[in-house]
Amino acid sequence: MPVLLLSLRVAALATLLCLPVAIALAWMLARHRFPGRMVLDALVHAPLVLPPVVVGYGLLGLFGRQSWAGEWLAQRFAVQLPFSTAGAVLAAAVMALPLMVRSVRLGLEAIDRGLETAARTLGAGPLDAFLTVSLPLMLPGIVAGAVLAFAASLGEFGATMTFAANIPDETRTLTLAIYTALQTPGGEDTAKALVMISMSLAVAALLIAEWASRLAQRWLRPA
Amino acid sequence: MGQPLGPALVAPGVIELDFIARRGEFQLEARASLPSTGITGVFGRSGAGKSTLVNAIAGVAADVSGRIEVDGQAFLDSASGVRLAIEARRVGYVFQDARLFPHLRVETNLRYGARRAPADGPVALWENIIEALDLSQLLRRWPHSLSGGERQRVAIGRALLARPRLMLMDEPLASLDAPRKSEILHYIERLRDACPVPMLYVSHALDELVRIADHLLLLSEGKVMASGPFIELIADSTLQPYLGRFEAGSVLECVVKSHDEAFGLSVLGFVGGELRVPQLDAPLGTRLRARLRARDVALALSDPIDLSITNRVKGTVMSLTFRDGPYVDVLLNASGAHLHALVTRESCARLGLAAGVPVIALIKAVALDSRAVGYARRSR
Repeated sequence: MPVLLLSLRVAALATLLCLPVAIALAWMLARHRFPGRMVLDALVHAPLVLPPVVVGYGLLGLFGRQSWAGEWLAQRFAVQLPFSTAGAVLAAAVMALPLMVRSVRLGLEAIDRGLETAARTLGAGPLDAFLTVSLPLMLPGIVAGAVLAFAASLGEFGATMTFAANIPDETRTLTLAIYTALQTPGGEDTAKALVMISMSLAVAALLIAEWASRLAQRWLRPA
Repeated sequence: MGQPLGPALVAPGVIELDFIARRGEFQLEARASLPSTGITGVFGRSGAGKSTLVNAIAGVAADVSGRIEVDGQAFLDSASGVRLAIEARRVGYVFQDARLFPHLRVETNLRYGARRAPADGPVALWENIIEALDLSQLLRRWPHSLSGGERQRVAIGRALLARPRLMLMDEPLASLDAPRKSEILHYIERLRDACPVPMLYVSHALDELVRIADHLLLLSEGKVMASGPFIELIADSTLQPYLGRFEAGSVLECVVKSHDEAFGLSVLGFVGGELRVPQLDAPLGTRLRARLRARDVALALSDPIDLSITNRVKGTVMSLTFRDGPYVDVLLNASGAHLHALVTRESCARLGLAAGVPVIALIKAVALDSRAVGYARRSR
């Protein structure tokens, strides 16, 4: 089932792309005060409130052939984002980012900052303390965020359609395939099968998210 | 009183404090020179600045300026721009709320600091500390499954295993009930002998400090009121207002002289005589401290008969200090030992108490239970 494999690959790559960015952003937004923090916060959360088509259009403006970034990527790395699988990944990642940042940030804010202080008095430097104490304790939030981002990436439609288009075996993910099947005469059965797959994936994602939140409750029990 | 510090007086074996720490509206002015051996009790009421003091030494407090030196190494020297990072100070900090890492088992918690401690310095004390704190049964457990007392024991062990040059304990018993407090104090007494790391022990409960402190740093409203040997300061009547009326009393250094198994009593000898107390689990010859609250001491002019009180100590009135309300603090000299008795002005007038009057101090044995008795450092 190439559609399913492509969808899973795009969603997985988008989630992986999101992870480090979301952790860094959550860290900055939750723990630091710097000029432009509100602007950054708004920018990260924009895909939540903007129509996905508008986000896709924005990505075209940023990474299209005529743009500075698009030209640089094409010349330097021979990478073309629009109308490619990489583009579908980027579109899904940008749409999923705010969900992941919110989840990671909630996880981070639930951690007692005193624990890092305790780690410092035990001889750990700031980065050491973050990696060995805060990051493991954030893990449930990160897992929950990743599951959410993965599920959202599987369901991403508007931004992908606008930025990466609907190219079979390249950018036609599950949702685009359902849409295409419904547009095709006699495609209802295919659409039904794809909908079933889509629902199974959603249920699996919910179960994993639930497991992660239970783990979080055990870890974050006041000690 | 805070000793003014000359800049050239910094010697090894001393904790030099001369700094101002601000937290919001609050300001702590700390000027003191503390011995970097034994246990220094940091005492004061809530809001006196006790936590701010240890946070400044640990490097956890943000707004601190001045100078902090431990054994000749500057933790902070604003004049020359020195400010060591928390992890470079190597202070073991035991927090009120233990702060065990919830995602690590007890053993991994204990090894966290030990793994990061430099290889030089005293030999690792893993076995000693595990044994002194009875931690071997807890190693496989998770922090959330521990009781409050067990958590503090693990926190103390974890801090010590990082081989700190100085231990800071910020009211480590605050969240524990009385029997648990007594138990942890007993462990701290054992540690003091097993692992000689200087310790600053913050408390607003004088009876905790009586058991363990060698030195006292007295804080009030952001200022150092006194710093000196514990036994001397605790008997200093000019400091009584800071120590609190109902906590006032005397501390007697005693030796276990005999046990009376039949009646379940122990006999303690001190310079002023003997005290019978509920039996202690301590071998003969053990040196210990008995804390006697002023309100547990009654006075008589002649040795009364038909009285249940067994402890009768002869002494002479040295001074009377009139307190607010109906109370008088009578200071006695019993062959060199100083005893405080809190009586009413009415009793004082009826007995005609004045300096030089010989009296007999009556002390109930039950006022001296094991919680009022601390074990003195064995190595001295």
